[in-house]
Amino acid sequence: MSGIRGKAAIVGVGISEHGEVPGWSHFELMAQAVERACADAGLKSKDIDGLFCAITPANLPVSMVSEYLGLQPKVLEGTMLGGSSFVNYLSWAALALDAGLCEVALITYGSNARSSKRRPGGDPVPYEAPYAPRLVDGYAMAAARHMHQYGTTREHLAEVAVAARKWAQLNPKAMMRDPLSIEDALKSRMIADPLTLLDCCLITDGAGAIIMTRSDRAKDFPSKPVYVLGAAAEHSHMQIAQMPDMTVTAAARSGPRSFDMAGLTPADMDVAMLYDAFTINTILFLEDLGFCKKGEGGAFVAGGGIAPGGRLAVNTNGGGLSCLHPGMYGIFLIAEAATQLRGTAGDRQITGAKTAVIHGNGGTLSTQVTAVLGTAETL
Amino acid sequence: MSDKPAPAPIANPGPDLIYQDALAAGTFKIQRCDACQAHIFYPRHLCPNCGSAKISWVAASGKGTVYSTTMIRQRPEAGGNKNLCVVELAEGPRLMSRVEGIPAEEVKIGMAVTAEITGKDDEPKYIIFRAGAK
Repeated sequence: MSGIRGKAAIVGVGISEHGEVPGWSHFELMAQAVERACADAGLKSKDIDGLFCAITPANLPVSMVSEYLGLQPKVLEGTMLGGSSFVNYLSWAALALDAGLCEVALITYGSNARSSKRRPGGDPVPYEAPYAPRLVDGYAMAAARHMHQYGTTREHLAEVAVAARKWAQLNPKAMMRDPLSIEDALKSRMIADPLTLLDCCLITDGAGAIIMTRSDRAKDFPSKPVYVLGAAAEHSHMQIAQMPDMTVTAAARSGPRSFDMAGLTPADMDVAMLYDAFTINTILFLEDLGFCKKGEGGAFVAGGGIAPGGRLAVNTNGGGLSCLHPGMYGIFLIAEAATQLRGTAGDRQITGAKTAVIHGNGGTLSTQVTAVLGTAETL
Repeated sequence: MSDKPAPAPIANPGPDLIYQDALAAGTFKIQRCDACQAHIFYPRHLCPNCGSAKISWVAASGKGTVYSTTMIRQRPEAGGNKNLCVVELAEGPRLMSRVEGIPAEEVKIGMAVTAEITGKDDEPKYIIFRAGAK
């Protein structure tokens, strides 16, 4: 199944100021990311004729973003899957471009979650509301179940936080760059057993923008094009109590579908960007995407397995745990993978990286979207 | 006291309302699909297992097992630590709930628990669990 393999490419990447950016609205940060992505691609914002975005709070987000940017897109798409939405847009942007429905597609997101003190969360769910769960609690129960079933330990979770911090120390734009030890992570304040504060992603301000074109045009842009080789979305539940098996996410389906489309395997991946809203996510996704067997994610990350110099380069920007996480992180997975494949990641560059897997998560391990990206050599 | 007259009973309530009315009357009911026999929670119009709309109500056994659990850490002035868990009913479906009556840190995966209806007089009722088998 070749699907959208090689049909479209990323030709522009922009990230706004992030971390703590007081005095900027989520639309303003979004527009700054778009400004930077357009400059990167050598395009004017008026060239954009396909818009794919999710942004909260907003009534009719796609319409609001179009108005704000002064666009009249021919394709308006804003399917809300939570944090994985942006990885999902890669599929639909590639399809729309390939079908000739648009010529220049923009995927974008912005948030001022830190400065506005707005916290993620949707409508109350009737069968959960009486128990007042926070977002972290569902992930904590998934972690507890994984520990119960497979002997995963708090040290394994801490390894994920420490690896993210070590990558962040190589990224001058990352928010958290102070040294962090396993011991520090274990001593951190417990939020929802077994997850501590350092098992949880940051809450930052920040925005991202990705510009895509059809592959036949991609070579005409200033930067090395990054091609979409495969993408697939899956879902297993919305409410955590409805998750069929709390130790297996729908990444176990989206991963193989995405790799099949790309004609590649996990072993072929040079870098992996896995949505680390909480440390358990990284362990679950390494297993479900096929980097190791179910239950062996803890051993995979142990001893610096995903830190710089480890067996697999994961979340090289520092991830949601140590770089940035403004509510819905998915777009930054794409940006970091593209940066690595362009070879412009500075001190954190993986030499000669040609392939990347990116995996987005939404809700409470609910929506799972995987994509495989590659350089021209992989076409 | 409100001057508004009590609303007329609804002649043909949907699954949510049937569930809530049963809880208010002191019975924990769940659904069972007539076509595939799967038990269903939360209440729905179509069976999530097979898609059938032929669904019956049955009294829940109230027996369950803790499938996973966490402790919501809170300062004492905010109400202190609280349990939050997902319970697997003996009939199969799972629901979010909490175990009451024992310290939150004593709630463990695999623990046998029994359902109880709770909730303030003027608010919708809901299910909590107590440690121990029925």
